[in-house]
Amino acid sequence: MSGSIAALPHRHRTHGQAIASESRGARLFLIAMALGFLGLLLVAPIVTVFIAAFAKGAGAYFAALGDPESLAAIRLTLLTAAIVVPLNLTFGIAAAWLISHYDFRGKSLLTTLIDLPFSVSPVISGLIFVLLFGAQGWLGPFLMDHDMRVIFAVPGIVLATTFVTFPLVAREVLAVMQAQGHDEEEAALTLGASGWQILFRVTLPKVRWGVLYGVILCNARAMGEFGAVSVVSGHVRGETNTMPLHIEILYNEYSFVGAFAVASLLALLSLVTLVVKKAAEWAVSEPSKGASELPPLPIKAQGVLP
Amino acid sequence: MSVAVNAVSKSFGSRDGAAAVSGVSFSAAVGEITTLLGPSGSGKSTLLRMIAGLERPDAGSIVLEGRDVTHVSPRDRSVGFVFQSYALFRHMTVFDNVAFGMRIRKRTKPEIKQKVEELLSLVQLPSFGARFPSQLSGGQRQRVALARALATEPKVLLLDEPFGALDAKVRVELREWLAGFQQQTRVTTLLVTHDQQEAFELSQHVVLLNEGKVEQAGAPHELYDHPATPFVASFLGGANVLKGTVRSGRGEASGLQVDAPAGAAEGDAFNAFVRPEDIRLVKPAEERDGVALARVDRLTRVGPSVKISLSMPDGEQVTVQMSRLEIDSIGIETGDRVLVDLRDAKVFVEDYAI
Repeated sequence: MSGSIAALPHRHRTHGQAIASESRGARLFLIAMALGFLGLLLVAPIVTVFIAAFAKGAGAYFAALGDPESLAAIRLTLLTAAIVVPLNLTFGIAAAWLISHYDFRGKSLLTTLIDLPFSVSPVISGLIFVLLFGAQGWLGPFLMDHDMRVIFAVPGIVLATTFVTFPLVAREVLAVMQAQGHDEEEAALTLGASGWQILFRVTLPKVRWGVLYGVILCNARAMGEFGAVSVVSGHVRGETNTMPLHIEILYNEYSFVGAFAVASLLALLSLVTLVVKKAAEWAVSEPSKGASELPPLPIKAQGVLP
Repeated sequence: MSVAVNAVSKSFGSRDGAAAVSGVSFSAAVGEITTLLGPSGSGKSTLLRMIAGLERPDAGSIVLEGRDVTHVSPRDRSVGFVFQSYALFRHMTVFDNVAFGMRIRKRTKPEIKQKVEELLSLVQLPSFGARFPSQLSGGQRQRVALARALATEPKVLLLDEPFGALDAKVRVELREWLAGFQQQTRVTTLLVTHDQQEAFELSQHVVLLNEGKVEQAGAPHELYDHPATPFVASFLGGANVLKGTVRSGRGEASGLQVDAPAGAAEGDAFNAFVRPEDIRLVKPAEERDGVALARVDRLTRVGPSVKISLSMPDGEQVTVQMSRLEIDSIGIETGDRVLVDLRDAKVFVEDYAI
């Protein structure tokens, strides 16, 4: 968006120089189209969320957020993210390190598997876990015998969310590691560093912005995931409802202020994500001028609106 | 001998089944600069990486100061490695880069500080400690990489194309600086390069590699004056290649008299390698043996020297290099007929095509 706005001041130039390829009218038309498109599809929905949330004033807004069921949904979402993000962070760094530093049989298979969750519909991802852990599933009888619940309980939500957000850190970190090569790691090795010393003193600091970016995306998706979680959660109010699920229920019950109040929190999260992403890109490009270090992500953070 | 490489071989995967290095043996003496010289793909960098332990040889052994390190991890080999890309830690300051190896070895803070400052002034970057690598020029980064490699007091310093990424002027400056630096520190150094000028200027000992094998090893002038193989003769000095035949015990190539290759029989074909600077041109007033008439096709003045393109009587093209002074005093112009005075030629029986 900033790109199209930044283009505006330059329009004066076309008066003096006939070099510009487009006429003034064409330029204005293009700019108007870009702004209109972005406004309609990006800005308007986010603004609508906040307008609807504050439709009955700030009091109603905070009352809706303070509702015990809303608070439970927020708590569950935070808990899920708090478990899922560290899991995928550890896995992602390990997988990226493995793929970028070693050659082994099945390496391309592993790389493909990491991307699998993105190619599977989230609903299917949820169903996989129902088939595995549900009452009629493979492990269902075993779980029931031991009085353990996975489906329609927190473990199922965590599992489904982990699956769906699996590739985010790994892909991000892998791209940075591959772009940077491993000369520095080899240098550290000849200087006497052990594997762990190389990881913590050279590799992780080197890819830290990639890691941060991956974590932010992973967190945003973990909090916003709807499809897979919806299948495994069972929608038990105050117990297995995450924020997106809670928003849907409120909306279906015509409790618009409540729905949009909770939605506004997720929308805020997406804005924070964008800001941190920009900051990370700036931090990467500033000290080393390595433009290749943060390649554009093929997959954008999924929409967090219901 | 500080470094000894014994019958080392290495091949990478299934790439044409060709070995990157096959059966290479050589040694490098303590306190000297030894150069691994060769065209790209000759296996010189692979050899250096095997000495550092970054690649594992398929066969053979590597001995550093009497200790067989073939199966020792790079971290325990006590080598300093300088990468072509410098491989400085981009997130650390110059000071932290140089201190890295000593911190790994748990030296005390004052000790580290003193040593880093000492090294930074040795590489003439005393006030650069707080900078990041991205704030340095290529030549400065190279010197930081050198200081970092020396900080752990390695037995051997390994330099992989250390000047490859620098522009010509900086390269020459840094080359001279490194020669002086090495004389000062006397650290045993192995240098990989494809630039023969670099090899000749810097090292006491040159190992010339081609296609994963040692072509010849020895002092630079030895290789230059007595090339053992056609490859050495053509690689060093950009030689002209003339086809010749043995006639009545003497060799004749393009109308020029040369020594016959040792052991060649009457009528054998051979190749004569003639360096551009081993030919002198004379105006045809005087008569001498081993002299033929040639035509001057082109004169190219390159600074103090002149490159002359000749057509020999049999149509063969020959390049000659003479000083501008000589050319001006003889007065040779394009189109002139000149006598070719051959000072030196290396002759080899085997068929060799460049």
